[in-house]
Amino acid sequence: MPWAMVATVLLFGAGLYYALAGSPPDYQQGESVRVMYVHVPAAWMGMFVYMVVAAASFTALVWRHPLALLAGKAAAPIGATFTALALITGMLWGKPMWGTYWVWDGRLTSVLVQFFLYLGYMALWQAMDDEEKAGRAASILALVGVVNIPIIKFSVDWWSTLHQPASVMRLDGPTIDDTMLIPLFLMAAAYQVYFVVVFIWRMKLEINNRKLSVMRSARMEN
Amino acid sequence: MAEFLDMGKHAVFIWAAYGFSALSLVVLAARSRARQKSSETQVVAARARRKEQV
Repeated sequence: MPWAMVATVLLFGAGLYYALAGSPPDYQQGESVRVMYVHVPAAWMGMFVYMVVAAASFTALVWRHPLALLAGKAAAPIGATFTALALITGMLWGKPMWGTYWVWDGRLTSVLVQFFLYLGYMALWQAMDDEEKAGRAASILALVGVVNIPIIKFSVDWWSTLHQPASVMRLDGPTIDDTMLIPLFLMAAAYQVYFVVVFIWRMKLEINNRKLSVMRSARMEN
Repeated sequence: MAEFLDMGKHAVFIWAAYGFSALSLVVLAARSRARQKSSETQVVAARARRKEQV
């Protein structure tokens, strides 16, 4: 665990240095391109964590592994935060570049849907007293919502949109210069390790809450 | 330093994006850690209570 915390600090330090000072301004966007270094990793992580929640939900529903339900519950608030950050930083990038904070196009709307899926998943956990039932209902919602992931990814290809097309994850390689790609990957790595650290803390929290719940039930029976 | 903070005519959008990101990630990490520590204390206390009863 300490290695992950040290790695998070180091990667954020290096990533922020290159994002804010060590990389050039864009020839068209100027300094505004620096929003990319916090926006894109947040958007990637929002989708990645959703897949973690969906995989945990699938494992919980099919194999009924007791920790799988808790893994989904622990990861969801982190994914919701990343998705909210992608939306907010995207709006702050959109205003100077597009002249508007928001448009109802495929990419922005599908990411907003992902945010609502996270909220729905977390709300279902809170909606029922029986944790097993709540977990199963939330898991079904998470699995249904997986259909939104390819929609987010390909929305910029399928529909006309203000949002730029994919420029990093392309079959013919990234179209971004290395001077911008390196800080982007450093920040993406920092977000990834940050997720690992916070996920472990939240997983321990959920396991402890489950232990307390079992001890309370045992005391009530006695 | 002033040049670094300046960021041109869109500085307010850039710093707002970094500010929101930093604040959200720090608050999420701090809350998660605090709740995890608190839950550990509760488990230890509950185990001690159970031992006393036995």
